Amino acid sequence: MSEPPQAPEPRAGGISTRTVEVVVALVIFALGALVVYDSRRLGAKWGADGPEAGYFPFYIGLVICVSTAVIAAQALFGRADKRDGIFVEWQPLRQVLSVLLPALLYVGAIQLIGFYTASAIYIAGFMVWLGKYSWLRSALVGLAVSALAFITFEIWFQVPLYKGAFNPLAFLGY
Amino acid sequence: MGDIAALFHGFAVALTPFNLLLMFIGVSLGVIIGVLPGLGGANGIAILLPLTFTMPPTSAIIMLSCIYWGALFGGAITSILFNIPGEPWSVATTFDGYPMAQQGRAGEALTAAFTSSFIGALVAVIMITFLAPLVARFALQFGPPEFFAVYFLTFCSFIGMGKEPPFKIMAAMMIGFALAAVGIDTVTGQLRLIFGWHELMRGFDFLIAVIGLFGIGEILLSMEEGLSFSGRSAKIDPKIVLQTWAKLPRYWATSLRSCLIGCWMGITPGGATPASFMSYGVAKRVSPNGTKFGTGELEGVVAPETAAHAAGTSALLPMLSLGIPGSPTAAVLLGGLLIWGLQPGPLLFVEQKDFVWGLIASMYLGNIAGLIIVLTCVPLFAAILRVPFSIIAPIIVVICAIGAFTVHNAMLDIWFMLLFGIAGYVLKKLAYPLAPLVLALVLGDRAEDAFRQAMLMAQGDLRIFFSNWLVGSIMALALVLLFWPLFSRWRARHRKPATTAAMG
Repeated sequence: MSEPPQAPEPRAGGISTRTVEVVVALVIFALGALVVYDSRRLGAKWGADGPEAGYFPFYIGLVICVSTAVIAAQALFGRADKRDGIFVEWQPLRQVLSVLLPALLYVGAIQLIGFYTASAIYIAGFMVWLGKYSWLRSALVGLAVSALAFITFEIWFQVPLYKGAFNPLAFLGY
Repeated sequence: MGDIAALFHGFAVALTPFNLLLMFIGVSLGVIIGVLPGLGGANGIAILLPLTFTMPPTSAIIMLSCIYWGALFGGAITSILFNIPGEPWSVATTFDGYPMAQQGRAGEALTAAFTSSFIGALVAVIMITFLAPLVARFALQFGPPEFFAVYFLTFCSFIGMGKEPPFKIMAAMMIGFALAAVGIDTVTGQLRLIFGWHELMRGFDFLIAVIGLFGIGEILLSMEEGLSFSGRSAKIDPKIVLQTWAKLPRYWATSLRSCLIGCWMGITPGGATPASFMSYGVAKRVSPNGTKFGTGELEGVVAPETAAHAAGTSALLPMLSLGIPGSPTAAVLLGGLLIWGLQPGPLLFVEQKDFVWGLIASMYLGNIAGLIIVLTCVPLFAAILRVPFSIIAPIIVVICAIGAFTVHNAMLDIWFMLLFGIAGYVLKKLAYPLAPLVLALVLGDRAEDAFRQAMLMAQGDLRIFFSNWLVGSIMALALVLLFWPLFSRWRARHRKPATTAAMG
């Protein structure tokens, strides 16, 4: 990975588009470089029996590197009016994170306590925390969605969902 | 004439009670998906795909394609009633649809939107009926170089016709190809790009990418805008339906033009969204009422809706006949075909007659079913939108997580889904297009195989791509499209030497 770009101080309004543009281009550039590296390791040339495994991805990686380099250059040295926008302001960013962070916790919870329990807690928690609903109502909606999912997947379609490392619903026999 | 007989055989296949039931379920689910933010045609179908693995392929594709029709219809409801486009292709519908609703003409606007959608789809299906078998028959002569040339053309046309900066289109597309290369190399059996992480051996499934990019990404985007629905209720009076239908023939020229634009944009992978904008723009320029567009003009609803549906439907033509999807949703359907063990492409018309013609027949029936359902159930669907976002959002996240898990029963996929969601949010905000990424992820392996086989045939000589008139002309067209942005930039510079590089 390259060093983080000399980010211009984000203005009070939010994160500047240019910063994000350059960071994203560099991240993708790094991915492209990884592809090139691994393709060369596998052999990106013409082997005894035709093109080697890395032949095609090698050029893919190369194009990724070239195009992201251009994008980064355009963002850094391009016309001012195109790059001086604001990517996201703080208030909307907070709203985005208020969805994203619970979602991360939710997926972590699935890993531990399984789909059904985690989903019920997640939906109810989301409603109480962000929607300011009463505990009772939130719990009812969460349980209802989970029960519906259980009936649909476990019983109706017979597609078992992940039960988690500690399966709290083991008593149901599924 | 053999095709007509085959089509009637197809109707016989599609018209079983079970399939009809699936059709109605599919359309209803589709409309709900189209109405909800964060769920759209592509990821909705991706989530439901695993549930159809146990069905016979014909029934499964009938249901899934009906979800697609439903989603196309559903986008219009939110655009007109709430000024919130449920789908990107219905953005242009808000321009005149929402003003009409504000003037109390919601019923009229909805009727016009649904009817135009239906007409657009119908024209596209008729075109598919007659053109797809011809294209397939023609494509039977294709060898690996020709197939690679067609893939190449598909991807170059994204660059040539996309609105986004060309280098971003290229980068997005190549990310798709790189992700597709992860895992076992189908030719040599070597492990590629997994860096010792053996869970990556399966590779990245594009269904996960679709659910993350379009589902989670979309939720994050709508959250940023702080969505709060405050809509009006709508009922469609049968009298208004008839009155509107009486008015529609006046706009036959707009309809026809929009159908043509839609079909063209659907076959070439332009997709429904640019088709709807283009059609709206052209109608505005050509129509005598052009100046009144944007204030609640019926014609301004007819044009984008017809084109969006025509494009959405005709995107299935290259998917069926060449195995190359014209849109992300068509790509998901193609993924379904592969999972059911059907090889999309020209041979499908020879080997799986029942399937192909059953699907085409179901396009006719599904659109009729769709029209009936949306005209009668609008108040019901509009009511869904009055459920507050703080209830809908977590439920959609749960649905996406379930969808991602059921693809391979792998917990890791859910984490990837979140990762794709964050990537989708950032990339979309920076104007990296997501459709080419998804298409490259779906087609990556097949394009690479075609390329390698062609290279083997020619012993590494790139001139094979210009070895006969067919492959040569496809390649030439592709190269023209690839360098089109450069050309138009050069032209813009020459026309107005004063302004620097005025290109979009």
